[in-house]
Amino acid sequence: MYLLEVKNVSMHFGGIKAVEELDLRVKDGIIMSVIGPNGAGKTTFFNCLTGIAKPTGGSILFSDTDITRLPPHEIAKLGAARTFQNIRLFKEMTVIENVMVAQHCQIRSGLFGSIFRLKKFNDEERTVREKAQEYLEFVGLSDYAGSVSGSLPYGAQRRLEIARALASEPSMVLLDEPTAGMNPQETSEVMELIRNLKALGKTVLLIEHDMKVVMGISDWIAVMDHGVKIAEGFPSDIRKNQMVIEAYLGKEQ
Amino acid sequence: MAKPLIIAIWMSALFLPFKGLKAALILFVALSCMLFLLKYLSRFKDVIIAPLHKTFDKMQNIFTAAPLPSILARYALLMCLAALPFFSGDYFLDIAVLAGIYIILALGLNVVVGFAGLLNLGFVAFYAIGAYTYALLNTRYGFGFWTALPFSLIFTMLFGFLLAIPALRLKGDYLAIVTLGFGEIVRLILNNWDSLTRGPNGISGIAPPAIMSLPMEKLGYYYYLVLFFVILTLFITKRVYSSKIGRAWVAIREDEIASSVIGIQTTLYKLYAFAFGAFWAGLAGALFAGKMQFVSPESFTFMESVLILCMVILGGLGSIYGVIFGAFLLVLLPEILREVQLYRMLALGAGLVMLMIFRPQGLLGGKSVSFRS
Repeated sequence: MYLLEVKNVSMHFGGIKAVEELDLRVKDGIIMSVIGPNGAGKTTFFNCLTGIAKPTGGSILFSDTDITRLPPHEIAKLGAARTFQNIRLFKEMTVIENVMVAQHCQIRSGLFGSIFRLKKFNDEERTVREKAQEYLEFVGLSDYAGSVSGSLPYGAQRRLEIARALASEPSMVLLDEPTAGMNPQETSEVMELIRNLKALGKTVLLIEHDMKVVMGISDWIAVMDHGVKIAEGFPSDIRKNQMVIEAYLGKEQ
Repeated sequence: MAKPLIIAIWMSALFLPFKGLKAALILFVALSCMLFLLKYLSRFKDVIIAPLHKTFDKMQNIFTAAPLPSILARYALLMCLAALPFFSGDYFLDIAVLAGIYIILALGLNVVVGFAGLLNLGFVAFYAIGAYTYALLNTRYGFGFWTALPFSLIFTMLFGFLLAIPALRLKGDYLAIVTLGFGEIVRLILNNWDSLTRGPNGISGIAPPAIMSLPMEKLGYYYYLVLFFVILTLFITKRVYSSKIGRAWVAIREDEIASSVIGIQTTLYKLYAFAFGAFWAGLAGALFAGKMQFVSPESFTFMESVLILCMVILGGLGSIYGVIFGAFLLVLLPEILREVQLYRMLALGAGLVMLMIFRPQGLLGGKSVSFRS
């Protein structure tokens, strides 16, 4: 079944057509990569999917719900989480707190529960903390739990973003260039992490420039250029696709 | 070498047209001496500043560190506070009551500015609304303190919501200006709506709060009342801070887009922050009206907003104990500096400048925000 169905989505900023009539379907439980040259509209597409930008046309169905016009927090509740190209951590919070905030929607008790420290509140806080610890272990950051997240090394910050995305218990994780600026060692660690995400049953939608990563882990690849989807297929097909090669390297004269 | 001289010449040149040559020369000499001294001292920066940093860091840890000493420290402090009226004069009690009211205000503003990161320059409006609600209900309809208090609180919270609805479409500086405008609007209404508020004359003859028909006119009693409310404020803000609501506030302060993507309804939580902060301002206002037994628009000027904001920044944005310390300091300082009346605003300004240079996170502000409670 399709978890995500994008139909004819367009996103225009004035005269600039960042995304133009994009059609895309993502099967449940796969790793799908969206690739394309800089400025192809990949991040804008992600912004449309997560409600940060409202598409100017078309519709997006996520687990059979129309999310085209929903605000970001509603979409998050439906089970989509993302990371950002330019890391957006809560820098002054500690690592574990970053992951705890992300479990916001799972907590039921409100103002009164917190003031009177009802049993339910205490139980929930405990599970939130334990779960946060688990997510940190999953991305390999449990040693950093108490340190301020802004002070983490770059690679660790990227992994913390993934842990935070996971903590909101999504069915689909959107990763925006998770290996940008990483050395080969860190990159392969992140690849392993993404595979583990898939093993957990999450659908992964990935924007990536590193072809080794894209070809290594994707089940399906979509290629965008100038806001338009120019190709779609298995990694082996994309590798040979003439349009894709042209988009990246230019036409032969 | 030349920089202090240039600064001194520049400043005295600016001064020249106003006070004449002699004054400008004196200023020049004084300024250059001072700047050279500062420059000289900056060599010993590590020797002077580092221990200060350490002391404040330690102070910050007293209440949050190991459980047993912190509990002992808390009880010791509480005992001292409870015993205060028995061995201190009315003068000091008066200051303590005022400090208590400001602590409640600062804790309230800290929720808005420190936790949620929304700069509110019109916070005094809520303080005024709380005070006037009690004053009017008491003098016009004969409500007692305890019956009027819920009205005061609800009314201020309502205004908190009301301000938040338009204000939350704005960000940063623009929000600051709108809140500033709101503060002025409220003051001007209080000043001009003669038939209701009696304008600049204010409302006098407000009854002090009473417990079991025992009026709290005596300063000692009032001190305990304020102490009770300060502890209540501290207790509740701390608990709310270390819950999902507090976490959401800090997340919004740190990164609004990221927090919306993880499922926080940012607008709603900003609204909560405004209303929650206003609630405490309303409480402080009612206590203020009960203490003074008189309110007038003069007590609720923009400078008051700035003073409360200074307390929050001085103590450390987002740090609950820091804010209490800041409020206490800023109430106490003018009293200590009463001898040099003219220069105390100057000293305060210079102190804040120094603070921003050497300890931008505030006296007791931590490097990070923590939710341990």
